Amino acid sequence: MAIIIFALLSGVLFGVGLTVSRMIDPSKVIGFLDVTGAWDPSLAFVMGGALLVTVPAFMIAKKRVRTLLNIDITMPTKNDIDASLLIGAAIFGVGWGLGGFCPGPAISALSFGLEKPLIFVAAMTVGMFGFGLFRKKADGLNG
Amino acid sequence: MENFTPIPALMGGLMIGAAATLLLWTTGRVAGISGILAGLLSRNSSNFGWRLAFIVGLMAGPFVVSKFGPGINPVKIEADIPILVIAGLLVGVGTRMGSGCTSGHGVCGIGRFSVRSIVATCVFMAAGAACVYVTNHLIVWGG
Repeated sequence: MAIIIFALLSGVLFGVGLTVSRMIDPSKVIGFLDVTGAWDPSLAFVMGGALLVTVPAFMIAKKRVRTLLNIDITMPTKNDIDASLLIGAAIFGVGWGLGGFCPGPAISALSFGLEKPLIFVAAMTVGMFGFGLFRKKADGLNG
Repeated sequence: MENFTPIPALMGGLMIGAAATLLLWTTGRVAGISGILAGLLSRNSSNFGWRLAFIVGLMAGPFVVSKFGPGINPVKIEADIPILVIAGLLVGVGTRMGSGCTSGHGVCGIGRFSVRSIVATCVFMAAGAACVYVTNHLIVWGG
């Protein structure tokens, strides 16, 4: 039960951070990506601020095996830079630039009750699900 | 530069970093939002509960800011519906293929000095900037 409560608190704090930082505003995101136009560098401060906390947090976590709730720490294990990483990141970047939404802010923006974030999140979910099916099928053929 | 808002960006960024730290130190998981959402979609996913709690919290974030905080700045979503559908599909496919988004690669991956995540972040930022260059400066919408 504790894991559910802390995950909920973490999600709320994450959503508050996205809102306060204005990362939730697609026009703000597009202003950040518009480096040759009226560039608005604000969102670099979002990532900078987050890293000020996560860098020491991961340094401490790396020295431990279990969390404060006595749960095993699960870190991503892949290290290789492969075609799937590069092509996937490029596809994501194009979608991010087109709509001004990445997954977190889009999910938070659902709370506005507007049509556009809902349509974006629905399409994103279809994309995730579709790619999952495709990969499963490809793995089946190869393996 | 009239839209430059470094202080709220930094404050929000620190909150996002704190949220990722809270999740890591309690549940032992990395706060990669595309991965958390995709885990909800896959039927044989482990730990359904904490994933759902985090996503629900994320949606509650803006509500908390408007109810108990300073209120929300107006959000502008300029892309129209067909563009948002394409953008959503690209973000969904790209984040699964590239194993992460702005939170998983940007905030957490760079935070643990993962070369893979640093490369992915550079690629999606460059692709996003290239996309905005094309849409804002080369194509005149509806023209």
